[in-house]
Amino acid sequence: MSSRDTILSKIRSALDGVKEKSAYPDYDASVFHSRPRLEGTPREAFDRNFIAAGGEVMPDLAALAAFLQQGGHTRGYCDPALMDSVGLALAAAGFTVETSYERSRYEDYQFGITRASGAIAESGSLILDDALTSDRLAALSPWVHVAVLRESEIHRTIPDAIAAFGPSRNILWATGPSKTADVEGILIEGVHGPGEQVAFFI
Amino acid sequence: MIDHQLIDTYAREISDEKQTSVITGSAASTDKRYTILFKDYEDPDALRKLAGKIKDHTLHHLDRYVEQAEASLQRNGVQVHFADTGDDAKATILSILQERGISKLTKSKSMAAEEIHLNPFLIENGIECLESDLGEFIIQLDDDVPSHIVRPIIHKNRREIARTFQREGIAADYNDDPATITHRARAFLRDKYMQAEAVITGGNFISAESGRLVLVTNEGNSRFGMAPSKVHIALVGIEKIVPTDRDLGLFLNLLGRSATGQQLTVYTEFITGPKDDSQPSGPEEMHVVFLNNGRTDVLESNCREILRCIRCSACQNVCPVYRQASGHAYRTTYGGPVGAVLSPLLFGDQFPELADLPKASSLCGACNEVCPVDIPIPDLLLRLRDKAKREHIHSPGAPPMSPFATLATSPSLWRTAMTMSKAMNHLPIQVAPVKPLQEWLGQRTLPEWHGGDFRKWMKNRNNS
Ligand code: SF4
Repeated sequence: MSSRDTILSKIRSALDGVKEKSAYPDYDASVFHSRPRLEGTPREAFDRNFIAAGGEVMPDLAALAAFLQQGGHTRGYCDPALMDSVGLALAAAGFTVETSYERSRYEDYQFGITRASGAIAESGSLILDDALTSDRLAALSPWVHVAVLRESEIHRTIPDAIAAFGPSRNILWATGPSKTADVEGILIEGVHGPGEQVAFFI
Repeated sequence: MIDHQLIDTYAREISDEKQTSVITGSAASTDKRYTILFKDYEDPDALRKLAGKIKDHTLHHLDRYVEQAEASLQRNGVQVHFADTGDDAKATILSILQERGISKLTKSKSMAAEEIHLNPFLIENGIECLESDLGEFIIQLDDDVPSHIVRPIIHKNRREIARTFQREGIAADYNDDPATITHRARAFLRDKYMQAEAVITGGNFISAESGRLVLVTNEGNSRFGMAPSKVHIALVGIEKIVPTDRDLGLFLNLLGRSATGQQLTVYTEFITGPKDDSQPSGPEEMHVVFLNNGRTDVLESNCREILRCIRCSACQNVCPVYRQASGHAYRTTYGGPVGAVLSPLLFGDQFPELADLPKASSLCGACNEVCPVDIPIPDLLLRLRDKAKREHIHSPGAPPMSPFATLATSPSLWRTAMTMSKAMNHLPIQVAPVKPLQEWLGQRTLPEWHGGDFRKWMKNRNNS
């Protein structure tokens, strides 16, 4: 017998002993909405929750440029599709902006600008969907990741975001920067992924 | 030689330094969990009851859900494998790697992989297999084992880690600043990720409906491990299946809050197959290995509720025994209350050696109160104690109580014993040639004997 059949037959014989099999409980996904987190407009709720998770929201290009400058992040990657709306302005402000990401030079990219397909107000999460992410690594290896999105793309709740899953093979919810508390429970940001997670609305 | 209850021995022998790390770490996690649940929800209890019901339903129809998940995964282009034992899983994974000539991989934290000792096996077979979760990475450098489900190095402090980094050449000098430690690991692991040809992950959930595999990490290590790799292998216990995508929302809300006091874990990744051609980074091949390894035995037992577990560690954090003894005292992959139930069952052939674990609990009930899937852990511990009794398993530290039982059920013998036993206060009883008594006293000191006073008082009262 294959392992598959062995396992299935073991499951069946184990379940023979279960007299009362539980039915699937009927529930409405709104039972796990966190109401305090949803207060305000979706944008207000997103900003509040995203910032609480350690994220940064940039109100405009000038603020984004100043933020990058301040951190000494002068060189990075920008999704070619976002050059018009973000990349060119940064290049004009003196940043080195590349539109291709080469793995062998991963250390050269101090920031990565890619498109987010949306966000979740309730949890303060950015949604990176493979269909719109020009390169997963470009959104992951630089110290700063700038996720570019529109306010109209914010989902109010977690169940809303799940219900809107597209056909994409890979969807990531990023709720703030990469972090760990492995060493004595002390929170440190920037373990493997970005140490700064930025949301930029266009 | 006196044999002690093993968990007591561990608790006694653990260094003060380690014990402080475990106690402060677990207490902090418990507080955070409590605060966020009650801030966010009016009735968090209703949610964990609901989650428990969904899991119960899934387990009670597991054959159907396994088949449905398999079909959904295959539809998404995922290659599905089944492994009845740990050895089967190891052989399957090794052959996937060998057939493709893969010799370098990274691995993101997986309790199932710990359970079957996958890492040492792959290394023995000439495959470089590097743990990428910071805690697991440090465990691997130290050739240690994790002592906590979510925070594997809860038992280590920064000085130990800094010494390890220096010893292993991760850093040239000693520096115990947690940020420096973390960023040194970041720099070291990046090159490894970029060179790796495959990535092995666990799986937190699989939705049967869509075949979505959900992985959560705070560090981003599984995401980073996957991005440059050609092949992704996920080792997933058969009990990780949930019926629908909608259910994922509930479980993710509960997992983040219960594990680390976050609404959601930072990186929550929904994977439905190998990458599309338009995406430059990500695996071209994806495999899911469904692992049984004793889970069907647990399903057959009267403790099947433990299979609801979503490995959040809340029961470890809150448990007074775990806090004192640390996870290593439980001697298997799963420590704390969840381990006290799961390990003796999962490793059925070792039941006699692990039968002491269910006794390492005062049945205070805290583990059930915090459990996000409402597992009645204290009840399950009692059922396992009963099983040990039925199977006549004598664990160290559990003296047979029959002499005491005879005494207690015979009123005349009891009376005599009571009046005589004050003499016990003056006897060097610890050296009495009665083995069970020695075992018991090896770990305890007796309070001064006051037996018999109640009867005397009653008698005098009746006389007056
Ligand atoms: S038994 Fe419950 S509390 Fe303990 S780890 Fe599992 S899910 Fe969490």
